[in-house]
This record gives sequence, C-alpha cells and structure tokens, in this order.
Amino acid sequence: MSATPTIGVLALQGDVREHTHALERSGARVVTVRRPTELDTVDGLVVPGGESTTMWKLAEAFEVLEPLRKHIASGMPAYGSCAGMIMLADRIEDGVQGQKTIGGIDMTVRRNAFGRQVDSFEAGVTVTGVDGGPFDAVFIRAPWVESVGAGAHALGHVATGERAGRIVAVRQGALLATSFHPELTGDTRIHRLFVDMVKGHA
Amino acid sequence: MSTQNLESAAVTNTVENTTESTVGTARVKRGMAEQLKGGVIMDVVTPEQAKIAEDAGAVAVMALERVPADIRKDGGVARMSDPDMIDGIISAVSIPVMAKARIGHFVEAQVLQSLGVDYIDESEVLTPADEAHHIDKWAFTTPFVCGATNLGEALRRIAEGATMIRSKGEAGTGNVVEATRHMRQIRSDVKRLGTLDEAELFIAAKELRAPYDLVKEVATLGKLPVVLFTAGGIATPADAAMMMQLGAEGVFVGSGIFKSGDPAKRAQAIVKATTFHDDAETIAKVSRGLGEAMVGINLDDLSDNQRYAGRGW
Repeated sequence: MSATPTIGVLALQGDVREHTHALERSGARVVTVRRPTELDTVDGLVVPGGESTTMWKLAEAFEVLEPLRKHIASGMPAYGSCAGMIMLADRIEDGVQGQKTIGGIDMTVRRNAFGRQVDSFEAGVTVTGVDGGPFDAVFIRAPWVESVGAGAHALGHVATGERAGRIVAVRQGALLATSFHPELTGDTRIHRLFVDMVKGHA
Repeated sequence: MSTQNLESAAVTNTVENTTESTVGTARVKRGMAEQLKGGVIMDVVTPEQAKIAEDAGAVAVMALERVPADIRKDGGVARMSDPDMIDGIISAVSIPVMAKARIGHFVEAQVLQSLGVDYIDESEVLTPADEAHHIDKWAFTTPFVCGATNLGEALRRIAEGATMIRSKGEAGTGNVVEATRHMRQIRSDVKRLGTLDEAELFIAAKELRAPYDLVKEVATLGKLPVVLFTAGGIATPADAAMMMQLGAEGVFVGSGIFKSGDPAKRAQAIVKATTFHDDAETIAKVSRGLGEAMVGINLDDLSDNQRYAGRGW
C-alpha cells in the first residue's frame, strides 16, 4: 500500500467532520461513504459517533448494511466511537426492537449505559498500548462494554468513581472501538493508532 | 468569560484531575450536538408519536404539548409542557429527548433539567417570559439550543451559553421561505467575516452586537463555533435537503410531520433526504406517494404579531 491509506468515514449520520479532520491530521486520505460502491474504494472504515438506531435504519434502507458486514468479515480494518462502537458490536443490550449492527467485534455493548445527557462526562482513561498518558475522554450518552469474548481485548477502563472498571476501549485484530469521542478533543492518538493498523493490514 | 476561555478552563480542570470525572463541560454540551448532525429532530406531542419518530430514524424528538401549527390556531400563552407528558415521552423512546422552555424562563429550564431532558430549546415558539433577558445557559448542566435569524443573534445566544443554534424560520407555517432567509443570512454573515482584516473585525463585532472573541473565532473557522441546524417551516424531503445544501448541519421538523397525511412515511422520507441531500434521484424517490403535506400558510397572511421569528433579539 502507498504511504497514505484511504480511509472512509461512514456518512449516514453523526460527527463525520470531526473524524475526517482527526484522520487527515493522522496522515490518511479521507472519503465519505454512504453507498456500497464507495466502500470498495477504501482501505479502512470509521463509523462515527451519532445515533446508532438512525445509522442502522439508513444502512438497511440504502442497502449498505450487508456490504459493510461483508467487508468487515473479510478483514477490512474499522474503528468506531460511541454509536460506532455499538455498530461494530456482535451483541447489544438496550437497543430498540430489532436493532441490527454491522458486528465484527466479539463483545456485548450496552447502549446509553452511562445515562442521559445530564450524566455525560469527561474523565481520564488509560488505553493499553497508547503512550503519552491518560486520554481526556469525552463520554456523551455513551455505551459501555458489558463483556468481551475470547477474541477481543479490553484496552481501556474508567479509572475511578461509580463507573470504575467499565470497559470503554476494545480491540479485536483490525477492529477498534471506544465508548468515548477522541475526535472531539484534538487528541489524535487513537486515530494515529487506527491509521497504523490500516497501514499494517495491507 | 468568553466561550473559548471557558472551554480551556474545563480542559485544564480535567487534565489536572485525570481521576475525577466532570459533567456539563462545554465539550460535553457541544459534543452532544455534534452527534446529532446529519439527522432529523421531530416535534412530538404523545409517546405514540415519539415511537413513530424513533421508528422512522429520528436522531432525537422534541417533546411539546402542541405543535406550532396548533399553537398558532389556538392562540393564548404557550408554555413549557406538562412534566407528565415529558416523562411519558422519555420512557417511550431510547433516543435523546429535547423540550422547550420560554425565552427567559429560567425556572422552566430548571424543571426540564430536573426531568432529565437531553437538550433544552429556549424557543420563540412559546410565549416569551422576559422581554429583556434570555436564560443564563452557562448555569445549567443540560445543554441549550436557541433560534437565530442572523449571525449576530446566533453569537449573542452562544455568548449566553447556547451550544447549538437553529435557524428560526417561521414555525407552524409549513412554509420554508423564512428558514431559507435565515440560513442564507447566517451563511452570508459568516462568509463576510472571512473577508475582513483585524481592524475591521472590531467594527464587525460592534455592528453584529456580538462579543469580539466569538466574531474572531467565526472569522477564523469559517463557520459557527457550534452546530447549526435549521427549523421553522420544513414540510417536505426537498425542503430538508435544500436547507442542508444551504449549510444546515441537520433539521428540526415541527408541524410538518404530524400535520401531514402519512406521518410515518413522511418522517422516514425526510430522514433519508437529509442524509442524501445532494442526491436529487434519491430525493425524488423518497418524495413519491407521501400523501397530503400540511396545508401551510403564506407569510403575507400573517400580521407582525403573528410572527414568532421576531421574538428574542
């Protein structure tokens, strides 16, 4: 692969622009993806933060859900934050009736687990394998990971308080997910890690 | 304190105390609005309507007692909704729930925060409670969205702590003309700032009646420092797509859905047209067979005191 990978940001709904900026600052070429054909042109995919039920409905309506599953199953690297984490989970709790995900990571994610917007918070989170100290992590009506299966690794936990120990960052092979939003903070370490994963995968 | 200073103050706070968690920071409030982008927020008056909106793919619902079209028809003072009604809608859906407080009515806002609504709309659609002051929105953990007709108004609301702006349009008319006017006005005001030099920005701040720091920030960013949605008269998928092409980052639909012939179908169509706002074929496809649109009102038929956009300043 060339030194600059092309990464798609799923642009059905959500904070697409923030991920685009973070990826560009991390050395990727970025395109938006809404259609199956656009998926064929990218080396990796970011599923942004947003509303997971909206993303699911649009992905089904525009027949991009199955192609997404196929690409992920055949090894395309992907990173999801918040709603994106939900979309990459094999199993979810507290979804709406019939809610589907893309899947790929062997984990159970609980939607809106940290509560409503009045409970949305910032806290320090250390992510295994990422140097430079804890992330100033932004959680917005965020999900947490109830459990991870054999193939997936928990990389980050909430450090203290009543939510201490909750898993908020997970990796399984070329797939990465965080409950929090590094794209909102200007800290590009997670996006750099993902760009490296995409480069390493080729 | 300027929003920039406040934001960096919040950041410093958490960096110094990485083991503490903080709620209600500027980043958490603005970030919530970022998550709604590309989505449609729908006015609902019952839990049943809220379910229809969620099933149609809304990113959030706005809980209110009467849609703007009925507020117009019924007249009288329009206020915050009954807490029972808001509770009912909160328990009916899992997507974010917003609710409206009257302009300047900080106690209605306190009540809405205590109910756990996810965003408060300090709204001109309700009857203003204060003719001089808007709510001090910095005092709340719950974030606020406010209406604006131009850049100066938007920046005054942001200075007061609003973390999301929507065009006012003219709610309850089903007529997009005022939303168009406001979106174009905000867009051209932002563009103009980009052409000014340092000395001119001070005058621009004075003319816009907005804090210099925010004016400077807009000139540098080329956009508002918070998310900009559109509202006030959107009734069709094409209306929503037009607003997106004019620079809206998402859409509020008020009376347009539940005052139409087939709300579920229209709601889905507007959601799809918002995502594919630059794709005329998709907009054409979703616009077919939607049944009756809301009848709508020509703006010439409204007297000045029937116009909501003039409320707030």
